Amino acid sequence: MLEDVFRDQWGRVLATLVGILGDIELAEDAAQEAFALAAERWPRDGQPENPTGWLITTARNRAIDRIRRERTLVAKTEQLQRELRDPPEEPMDDTVTFPDERLELIFTCCHPALALDAQVALTLRTLGGLSTEEIARAFLVPVETMSKRLTRAKNKIRDANIPFAVPPEHALPERLDAALAVVYLIFNEGWGDGRVNLAAEALRLGRALLELMPDEVEAVGLMALMLLNDSRRDARFRGGELVLLDEQDRSLWDQTQIIEARQLLERALALHGAGPYVVQAAIADLHTQERRDWDRIALLYRRLEEQTGSPVVTVNRAVALAEIDGPAAALALLDDLDLDSYLYYHSTRADFLRRLGHSDEARAAYARALQLAGSETERRFLQSRLNDLGQPRADV
Amino acid sequence: MKYALLAYTKGKTPGGRRPREMHPGVAAVLDRPNVSGWVRLQPAESATTVRLEPRRTLLTDGPFVDSKEFLAGLILIEAENLDGALAVAAELQELDITAAIEVRPVLEQELGGA
Repeated sequence: MLEDVFRDQWGRVLATLVGILGDIELAEDAAQEAFALAAERWPRDGQPENPTGWLITTARNRAIDRIRRERTLVAKTEQLQRELRDPPEEPMDDTVTFPDERLELIFTCCHPALALDAQVALTLRTLGGLSTEEIARAFLVPVETMSKRLTRAKNKIRDANIPFAVPPEHALPERLDAALAVVYLIFNEGWGDGRVNLAAEALRLGRALLELMPDEVEAVGLMALMLLNDSRRDARFRGGELVLLDEQDRSLWDQTQIIEARQLLERALALHGAGPYVVQAAIADLHTQERRDWDRIALLYRRLEEQTGSPVVTVNRAVALAEIDGPAAALALLDDLDLDSYLYYHSTRADFLRRLGHSDEARAAYARALQLAGSETERRFLQSRLNDLGQPRADV
Repeated sequence: MKYALLAYTKGKTPGGRRPREMHPGVAAVLDRPNVSGWVRLQPAESATTVRLEPRRTLLTDGPFVDSKEFLAGLILIEAENLDGALAVAAELQELDITAAIEVRPVLEQELGGA
């Protein structure tokens, strides 16, 4: 399908164009023209031998033509000025191979000088090839808001001169973390319900990162983690209702994804990976085992807690602890956490309280969780839990 | 490319006629060839803000933005890109004398002539 080819090519083509033209906006316009031309010609004349080369060359030539026409735009990029002064000796054709500069583009889009929501949107737009409308829909914001967000980000990249480059060695770990965080954020946005398939986008981005930086063990870990979580997608809902892990139909789990994830996890461990994504993938893997090894799960959550300092991880460790030492011990772990606006903090507490027979307190905790529920399915799930607890006793 | 580093000082810094002593770490940065200019400012209490009201200019005692931190100085540097400018800002910030440093690209005149 032409559309699939386009989806796969977009990020690759755009990245090279940004490298040549030095401006994302300009590169986007040029790429769009080239893809439109391809959509018109390829079905008629057949697909060129080197579609990537064809698209880049066509877009590049169009951009240069346009700039020649609109001389004022020339000032937009120094690189291009140079190129226009010294046109390449040989005419460019589509047999030329272009360097893959997706990595440069990823690091530009995920630069910490941009706001996180802008990083996410820009990554989806430039590397994922999603339209502004699609991204707006995915994040439930008006198209105009998303369009402004993207424009502002592109303007900042241009005006502040955010580099189009892979960070130097000393800055790489931190910057890679930022890029991985964006991918994982996209994945988690797409996991909740069936809006635009953002999870698929995140998997695609994860694969690209893995292909471009095969030795970065946290990228391997993130891919394994996403695959393991995604493998349970079809089992998470039954008749539109949320199904918890223990009650899921395991035959609905995607075995191909699980197998690939385990191979990746093994590779990560062989590379001595022990970072947060590798640990989370290892935990996710333990959760897919028929008999869950709660001791090991709790241990890994402990390690993750030390790495991230995140109270959300403590909530997860409490869940494991409840299986080992019982809900009373687990409940005590939750006491000191400052997570009042976190849904799972309240639903987890509610569950422990319910198991301890403290129905009134459990009801209150479920009610608080209900206030925080973002989707209808979550609301229905919590409501059914609340209903199971029955009416509060009136005979006090 | 030129960037302005706007250094915000935490809390009060004594003002007065005698300039405050400059931190040797700051002095070392200012001596570098990529620094094209800098100024240090008296504390915010010494500021006067001028606004235009419908019929007259209005003067108020104090800085435009009233906050605990105030703009204490400005350094102009030349850097290859934002990362280069951010690295200098991070270096200054590590001296632990500023609350924060805002990095702003400088709008350069494109048709400035000579």
